[in-house]
Amino acid sequence: MDLTINRGEFVSFIGPSGCGKTTFLRAIAALETPTGGSLTVNGMTPDQARRARAYGYVFQAPGLYPWRTIAGNIALPLEIMGFSKADRRERVERVLGLVELDGFGGKYPWQLSGGMQQRASIARALAFDADILLMDEPFGALDEIVRDRLNEALLDLWAKTGKTIGFVTHSIPEAVYLSTRIVVMSPRPGRITDVIESTLPRERPLDIRDTPEFIAIAHRVREGLRAGHADEA
Amino acid sequence: MSRAAPILTVLLAIVVIWYLAAIGMNAQWAQDQAARAGTELSTQALIADTMTQDRPVLPTPHQVAVGLWDGLAGQAITSKRSLVWHGWVTLAATLAGFGIGSAAGILLAIGIVHDRAMDQSVMPWAVASQTVPILAIAPMVIVVFASAGVTGLLPKAIISAWLSFFPVLVGMVKGLRTPDAMQLDLMRSWSASRAQIFWRLRLPSAMPYLFASLKVAIAASLVGAIVGELPAGATSGLGARLLSGSYYGQTIQIWSALFTAAALAAILVAAVALVERITLRRMGLAR
Repeated sequence: MDLTINRGEFVSFIGPSGCGKTTFLRAIAALETPTGGSLTVNGMTPDQARRARAYGYVFQAPGLYPWRTIAGNIALPLEIMGFSKADRRERVERVLGLVELDGFGGKYPWQLSGGMQQRASIARALAFDADILLMDEPFGALDEIVRDRLNEALLDLWAKTGKTIGFVTHSIPEAVYLSTRIVVMSPRPGRITDVIESTLPRERPLDIRDTPEFIAIAHRVREGLRAGHADEA
Repeated sequence: MSRAAPILTVLLAIVVIWYLAAIGMNAQWAQDQAARAGTELSTQALIADTMTQDRPVLPTPHQVAVGLWDGLAGQAITSKRSLVWHGWVTLAATLAGFGIGSAAGILLAIGIVHDRAMDQSVMPWAVASQTVPILAIAPMVIVVFASAGVTGLLPKAIISAWLSFFPVLVGMVKGLRTPDAMQLDLMRSWSASRAQIFWRLRLPSAMPYLFASLKVAIAASLVGAIVGELPAGATSGLGARLLSGSYYGQTIQIWSALFTAAALAAILVAAVALVERITLRRMGLAR
């Protein structure tokens, strides 16, 4: 597979379980070592990029510490990276605003709904101003209504911050709705079957999903997924 | 009241069974005495006698209660007959042993979690240390320390620590390993150091496990301290009371010391539980 992701893009990786989309994301994050090939992140090796705090990573579960408040959780990477106390406070306030959790900083994770917890974990990934946001099925554990709402909020956030986002998902509508580019992958061996440039405008209200253009892209993703399975069946 | 009723019922049943057992076990001696004096005991006189012997096989609850009361409140607390004084001697060794044992358990657990070689080598030895009967170890520890001129609290504390480090070790290894792969990956994505991972993630995660094992450890510490008093010439401490009681057939003294030890254990475990509640609540882990 050969792929270049440009600055400011929103790239989704979609494919069945076992196609390596999560592994690929983890390789970008230097949480996994590739067995071969070359991979550069902002012109560095993934490991250097990790040390340079090039990315924030969001997992499927929020992974908030129950013994820390929301503000304390968001401040955690900042403490580890050695930001000053005043700087930490200012950053926590700012990212809480970005994910629309103003006023929830003093609450403990169990006092928040699942969707709010996941937003807090996104805030935590944003707090140290990495250029890249890597998200591994961040909304996979949430119900569809919350997921729609968060998808909309994520697009809004992306427009405001101009981050490069790598997004792993199982959901075709989610991938089409969010992405500027969709990478369709197939399993055994993991490879890319199709890369789709989205023709949708950057401004995307939720009802864009009923337009013929959206349906056409979703159809192409589905075709790509089917092609990946063809040699198995 | 509805909650107290079953507890009181059980307590009452235990007391009744105890009295019946005391009558049954002490009757033989009463009848031997009567036969030797050439008299015949009526059932009523027999029962009365079984409850008032000086050295009964099994003292009755009220005899133990009187013995306890006399030992706790009836003596000057500096007296060698005071259970408060003996209890204090044992308590000091228990707390010292608990401190040494807990510190050793925590440090070994930290080593095991962070170092592969320790992970593979320490645990078998720790398990082996607990399979050796403490009654066999205790005299050797006392003798070795005494030959170096160290007597009193320290050797007892070592024996106590021998028993108490193990539950802390096992609990802390488990506790320090509770953070899942995702939480460790998060830390890695921030390039956190091992020390940062330890202080910010592993240690707080381990707190509930730590307290659970501390409760076991403090009770074990008390057992260790008492056992450590048995071979020490038996001059002070609850262990000494148990030993001298058994030398001279002073069963009431034995039972009084036993109840003092049990009460002491209950108080110590409750104290740890209190610290646990306060700590976990402050950490936001209990609500």
